[in-house]
Amino acid sequence: MALIEIRDIHKKFGEHQVFNGLNLEVEEHQVVCLIGPSGCGKSTLLRCINGLEEIDAGEIRIHHERVTGPGVDVDALRRDVGIVFQAFNLFPHMTVLQNVVLAPMKVLRQERGEAEHKAMALLTRIGLEHKAHAYPDHLSGGQQQRVAIVRALAMGPMVMLLDEITSALDPELVSEVLNIVRDLAKEGMTMLLATHEMGFAREVAAKICFLCEGTVHEEGTPQEIFGAPRKERTRAFLKRIIDAGRL
Amino acid sequence: MTSAVPGKGLGPVETGASRAAGERRFHAGGPPRNPSGLALISVMVGAFATLASWATLLDLRTALATVGVAGLAIDACLIAFGIIAVVMPLVPAIGAVAKARRSSRSLTVGDLITARMEAAASRKSSSVALGLVASQILILLAILFLIANDLAVSKTFFYLPLMRDSFLLILKAFWINIYIFMIAEILVLVWGLAVAIARLAPGPGGRPIRLIATFYVDLFRGLPAIVNVYLIGFGIPLTGLPVLKDLSQESFAILALTLTSGAYVAEVYRAGIESIHWSQMAAARSLGLSHLQALRYVIVPQGVRQIIPPLLNSFISLQKDTALVNVIGSIDAFNQSIIIASNHFNLSAVTTVAIIFFVITIPQARFVDRMIERDRQRMRAGSK
Repeated sequence: MALIEIRDIHKKFGEHQVFNGLNLEVEEHQVVCLIGPSGCGKSTLLRCINGLEEIDAGEIRIHHERVTGPGVDVDALRRDVGIVFQAFNLFPHMTVLQNVVLAPMKVLRQERGEAEHKAMALLTRIGLEHKAHAYPDHLSGGQQQRVAIVRALAMGPMVMLLDEITSALDPELVSEVLNIVRDLAKEGMTMLLATHEMGFAREVAAKICFLCEGTVHEEGTPQEIFGAPRKERTRAFLKRIIDAGRL
Repeated sequence: MTSAVPGKGLGPVETGASRAAGERRFHAGGPPRNPSGLALISVMVGAFATLASWATLLDLRTALATVGVAGLAIDACLIAFGIIAVVMPLVPAIGAVAKARRSSRSLTVGDLITARMEAAASRKSSSVALGLVASQILILLAILFLIANDLAVSKTFFYLPLMRDSFLLILKAFWINIYIFMIAEILVLVWGLAVAIARLAPGPGGRPIRLIATFYVDLFRGLPAIVNVYLIGFGIPLTGLPVLKDLSQESFAILALTLTSGAYVAEVYRAGIESIHWSQMAAARSLGLSHLQALRYVIVPQGVRQIIPPLLNSFISLQKDTALVNVIGSIDAFNQSIIIASNHFNLSAVTTVAIIFFVITIPQARFVDRMIERDRQRMRAGSK
């Protein structure tokens, strides 16, 4: 049974039809990558799952619970669904440790000592325990993004949504962030990624979804999508990626 | 002129070498403009300012003698001041003339580089001299104003014996001003933030609150503070409302000033909160924090850092507005000084109040600058 079920969702931004009957399923412990041209709605889809955007029609279910539409406790939803943004969005007025413990303390009502203990364990895992008391501005982009991932993990989410988390990084910093995602995948974290890192998608994803014109235009295993795409648009998109030297 | 190279996307490119000789010239290497005119003007203006200074100092000496301030020490001071006044603008002016002459001499022997450097140095000295003269003349005018009409201005505004005798009385009355603005500032900090958050209340449910908060801000920002103080200070006791009517005059002043200043400060807060990028709100909400929690822990702490300078502006203007309580009869420093002024037919005590208000703002400004700097050093990389 799928952990995330997206059924026939529609959404418009003014005149622009972002989703036009989009369907998607993510199994538990599965890593799914969303690819597609910019503006195709990859980020919007992740934001809808997290309740940061509303959909016009259709429904999204997580663990069989409907999480869209009126009456949904979005704060409760977000406790279980972590999201990491392209631009990190760390809180610049707080230290790394304060960034990580804020939500566990205020939302999960953990004691400071307990929250800090868990935060330090997570920071140690990503090798940033020595930066616990630094402010985000003193960290490199890769370090900031790793902290942002830990901040989401500190809530103990069931699902992680990663929204082009390496797009704002210098190339040499990308791998340190992807290594964490790789580890999470090995541990069985359910993840939905919007990404332009095709090589990485091919490596970690169980399923690749090519988004185009408001629907999942084509989906399949990495071998199917990258090896033998069936649809014309998918082939055109992948050719552009290859021409740009990104695959 | 070269023609476009086939196969390259760039258009024709002009280079110095490609142009026929004589078609265009490079002008920056020519002889310098003659600086002696400007140097002469600065000498003449400097000489005039020197004469005017000495004349004014003589007047000042006479005026001081009429109030019994005279003697060797005073004369020595005046002469020293006079010599400084002579030296200040004349030194660079004379230097400018000398450099101008060296420049033209170098030009006649064909040393273009030296001529240019001396001419530039001469113009720079002239501008220094002219700047000094301008400020000297402004100071002279101020001295003339103070000693005109047998020291009338000085005696009216700066009568030292009265200032000295009334100083303690005024300082004691200034406590009322301090009391009012200290309490009002604390209230304004809280009240302004509450109004700002009300103005930003989200969704259709927040709409009536937004409207009321907007109306409040429009009303109290438009209402002159003095009218507000008057209405509350005299109006509330007349209403006979229990508890409220028995408050002290200072409490009415605090209430009135909090309402007025709160309207401004609410807008300052709102500007600060809205200056924080929405992605911070998204990040906070995505972690499960509620709207108010996100404001409390993420948005407002960052917003407040942006608005500390305008917040200080509002506080200083609030501090000065405490002088308005004189319209409802509180004996604050200003009212006290008015009483002294009418008893002695001299405004020097009021000047004391002006000086006190002025003096208390300066350490606040420096303190806030330092606070911001320290905060920035802590949070930002690369700022020293």
